[in-house]
Amino acid sequence: MVAVALEDIGASYGKHTILSGIATDFLQGGSLTAVIGPNAAGKSTLFKRIAGLLAGPGTVHLTGATSGKDAIRYMPQDTGGNAVLTVYESILLAAKQGSGWRVRDEELIGIDEILRALDIQSLSFRELGELSGGQRQLVAIAQALVRKPEVLLMDEPTSALDLYRQIEVLAFMQRRAATSGMAVLIALHDLNHALRYCDQTIVIANGRMRAGGPTADVITPAMLRDVYRVEARVEQCSRGRPVLIVDSTAA
Amino acid sequence: MTIAAAHAGMREGRERYRALAFRRIALLSALCAALFASVCVDMALGPANYTISEVLDSLFRSDQVSDQLRVIVWDIRMPIALMAVTVGASLSVAGAQMQTILANPLASPFTLGISAAASFGAALALVAGTALVPLAVGYMVPINAFVMAMAAALFIHFASTMRGVTVETIVLLGIALVFTFNALLSLLEYLASEQALAAVVFWTMGSLTKATWPKVWITAAVLVLTVPLFARQAWALTALRLGEDKAASFGVNVRRLRLQTMLTISLLAAIPVSFVGTIGFVGLVGPHMARMLVGEDQRFFLPASILCGALLLSVTSVVSKTILPGAILPIGVITALVGVPFFFVLIFGSRRRAW
Ligand SMILES: Nc1ncnc2c1ncn2[C@@H]1O[C@H](COP(=O)(O)OP(=O)(O)OP(=O)(O)O)[C@@H](O)[C@H]1O
Ligand SMILES: [Mg+2]
Repeated sequence: MVAVALEDIGASYGKHTILSGIATDFLQGGSLTAVIGPNAAGKSTLFKRIAGLLAGPGTVHLTGATSGKDAIRYMPQDTGGNAVLTVYESILLAAKQGSGWRVRDEELIGIDEILRALDIQSLSFRELGELSGGQRQLVAIAQALVRKPEVLLMDEPTSALDLYRQIEVLAFMQRRAATSGMAVLIALHDLNHALRYCDQTIVIANGRMRAGGPTADVITPAMLRDVYRVEARVEQCSRGRPVLIVDSTAA
Repeated sequence: MTIAAAHAGMREGRERYRALAFRRIALLSALCAALFASVCVDMALGPANYTISEVLDSLFRSDQVSDQLRVIVWDIRMPIALMAVTVGASLSVAGAQMQTILANPLASPFTLGISAAASFGAALALVAGTALVPLAVGYMVPINAFVMAMAAALFIHFASTMRGVTVETIVLLGIALVFTFNALLSLLEYLASEQALAAVVFWTMGSLTKATWPKVWITAAVLVLTVPLFARQAWALTALRLGEDKAASFGVNVRRLRLQTMLTISLLAAIPVSFVGTIGFVGLVGPHMARMLVGEDQRFFLPASILCGALLLSVTSVVSKTILPGAILPIGVITALVGVPFFFVLIFGSRRRAW
């Protein structure tokens, strides 16, 4: 099983330090980890650092991965791009990076599987440019999954999805992580999703890590007041699940 | 979903993709055939008109045709016909990759100032007799044009390596170059003698009539050397069209790819422009036609751009000989006149998005 440890990770754009001193040692394969925090906290920047797309201080220690440098995959927050390609081609494109022109049957079967798992076969031969925002996001998830990453960093993968799709995608990722042993980090704004699907949670605010560990220990009224400036409670619902209820924004 | 239905669905995606790929290969073959036909017609037309079968005979059974026919086809018409093909292909591929790496549908050797720079270089030679490279006096015009085109391309290239320069900035820089070189060109034209002025105007309109075998070979060689470089990066270049972040997340080294491609494009655009003058339209429209026909998977888009550009210029060459009997109109002018209606038909008639 893969494990990711972050040691003193930082990042800066020009002279502005965006991120500093991020350290964890509890990121394990097999389950989902939420990365939460206010807008502009540095979540996307942290993902880019972990994926090696951005240089900066600190080290990412990856243990137990079999595919080397290719093990970590980042799914960007922005699903833009308006290439004249069909959905199917755009996923093939993700699968084929770095390899030859020839497309083997196994590769196409892999794409069909992922399209089916995300229930978007009907989109296969639609053009990217004519997809809705949520459809684009589902395609982006397919593109991220098709290379079978061992560590997957998903930047707000459900932000454009309807209620049903949000639940479907997160539950699917949870199952997928459990069966494949993949480590999944998900940047989320919906903290109820974090409570429900993510075993661990990391809180980033102002480029620093404010808390990290089991989700139930991390998402507390004190943290919410401190980081999000809201008065909120975490209560058990009638079925015994923890639910976050926001009462007001802090004075 | 039942297992059988799931199975059917699975087969469907894969098979539909194969069918799509097959259709595209068929389309590319059709373009090849059209190009061959166009080149044959191009060689049949001229002051002495021949039939297509005479042209084919002189191509494939050259020992059985008259000396005159062989000389006219092989030594006079074929260089021009093939120059149309190699120049059209080069400019179109250069435009296609510029549009790809700059994520801009307006990018082309023309819009980025490479053609304007070449015109200025040529005018320097024609008006002031200034050789930018002291050797090869006989080739002063194309060499001057090449040096200026390369300088413009390298300027764009190095500008794009600078910190904080985005693709939008590069396009703006290119347009600034167009205006600068056009202003310098006007200045030279203003100062030029009547005779030199006529030569400059003729050069900037673009013409294939100065084609010779060595020029054909040089353009063809550059094409043969550069296209495999693009072909090797086919998946990465296609990924770039999904956006920088997405391409990077696929493992593409965006910065390096962009620089390499820019450098290759410079050569590909500068050579033909320096031989035949300003033929702006092919580099802009060839790639758009290719994109509408086969989409942007570079495995199809790259050959389609080559073929569309070559076909466009070859057909233009034919048209330029037929509009006014006995006269060959400047190809740079005709390209736009032929290309625009064709382009409109594609844009308005196609279900596919153009960009
Ligand atoms: N390319 C860039 N150049 C300069 N500053 C940047 C760049 N990208 C991000 N930043 C800055 O870095 C900080 C962190 O941005 P980041 O995208 O990591 O935030 P985030 O936590 O993902 O926010 P959100 O929840 O809105 O997605 C912000 O202040 C942002 O302005
Ligand atoms: Mg973000």
